[in-house]
Amino acid sequence: MRNEKIYKSFNQAVMDIKSNSSVMIGGFGGSGGQPTRLMLALSKRNIKGLTIIGNVAGISETTGYGWPKDIKPIDQGVFFKKGIANKIICSFPVPASQNPKSPIEKFWLENKDSVEVIPQGTLIEKIRCAGAGIPAFYTSTGVGTIIEKGKEIKIFDKKKYLLEHALGADVALIRAKVADENGNLQFFGTSRAFSPAMATAAKITIVEVDEIVKVGKIDSNNIHTLGVHINRIVKRRKNDIYP
Amino acid sequence: MNFHSDPGQRLSKNQIAKIATKFIKSNSLINLGIGIPSLCAKFINDPTVILHAENGVYGFNKFANKKNINADIMDAGGNFLEINKNMVFFDSVESFNLIRGGHIDTTILGAFQVSKNGDIANWMIPKRGIGSIGGAMDLCENAKEIIVTMEHTTKNNEPKITNKCTFPLTAINCVNKIITDVGIFELNNKLLLLKECAPGWDPIAIQKITDVKIEYDKKLIFMDIDDV
Repeated sequence: MRNEKIYKSFNQAVMDIKSNSSVMIGGFGGSGGQPTRLMLALSKRNIKGLTIIGNVAGISETTGYGWPKDIKPIDQGVFFKKGIANKIICSFPVPASQNPKSPIEKFWLENKDSVEVIPQGTLIEKIRCAGAGIPAFYTSTGVGTIIEKGKEIKIFDKKKYLLEHALGADVALIRAKVADENGNLQFFGTSRAFSPAMATAAKITIVEVDEIVKVGKIDSNNIHTLGVHINRIVKRRKNDIYP
Repeated sequence: MNFHSDPGQRLSKNQIAKIATKFIKSNSLINLGIGIPSLCAKFINDPTVILHAENGVYGFNKFANKKNINADIMDAGGNFLEINKNMVFFDSVESFNLIRGGHIDTTILGAFQVSKNGDIANWMIPKRGIGSIGGAMDLCENAKEIIVTMEHTTKNNEPKITNKCTFPLTAINCVNKIITDVGIFELNNKLLLLKECAPGWDPIAIQKITDVKIEYDKKLIFMDIDDV
């Protein structure tokens, strides 16, 4: 029963993701906490029309953001270079520097509706709400800016707030340090970021881990993400070149 | 960056950052933005100050030695950090509970423009048409105190402190202090108060490169070259 969650390969774990699916990519941006092997496996699929949901989305390839100097960075731009995605929802799509242009900025230049930028705190709360059964929430973030456009405004204690809606997805690809066979997860350092919330907000959550252990090996008091949210687990090879 | 009409040197990025740190209070939780603000970390000597990064860590104090980096220990600017026992790690929900919940005492960040009523524009250059918001809107809207560090004018010598921001806004009516390469300013009731002038600068010279009318009183300080 337990081992049903464990997949032998990254390709196998993403094999049934369909065209036009919405796919969350965990971590913060940068190499730590990024499900790089799952992303590479998905990018090889012969599908199209994916909507990608992430945080810092496509800036590492051109700037090296969050990657050790000696490794060629992979970021969410990979889905746009391969032509399998046509939309990204994120907080940080492009680096400050305009040159060289990132794959996401090049894609945006062709199709201005392809990038939706959301304040980071609003984005994570939209995802949290989707996993917590809360359809919408109010936040003052974005008041008086273009984020306010078209949104319902409500005053609480003389202060303006915007109504923001929950955001779920078909699939979440996340990264953790350790999984047990039930899918209970532990993260390390700053690699947690968006992954725990995304795991609760997607219909299928697939986790890429460094290690799979027997149930009981992770202290029951110190589980960061509950196994019930995890559908598939894939273990990386030892000494993977990617962090 | 200097212009021939400048009466004194413009302060360097490091000097601006060093000045900003003197406004950081003991026992406060601080978020530093990318660019000049990130330089503040090295000038903070008070061990009770706690640095927060929105990717899910507080309590850090140093960048990691390049030979000893761990990709899972990073700040929001993408710098790898040295591990220490005061560090606490958390996910983005908790990180933005801290920000949205008003638990960040001071955030220091850069800007393209700041207006006299405290509006800030720091995420998109209009002619580019695309930009990155990141955590800036949440921080500006919700931190207890907002300090902007920036150069006083653009590369083309255009004012960055303006009557109205023409760039897309990050948040409205939120900036408390501005520290530029020519002085220290406070924003109060739509008034731009000049508190300190950089060495060689005076209110008349600063007014020449500022869109907004500058106010100051007899407490105005002229910084000494040895103090910056």
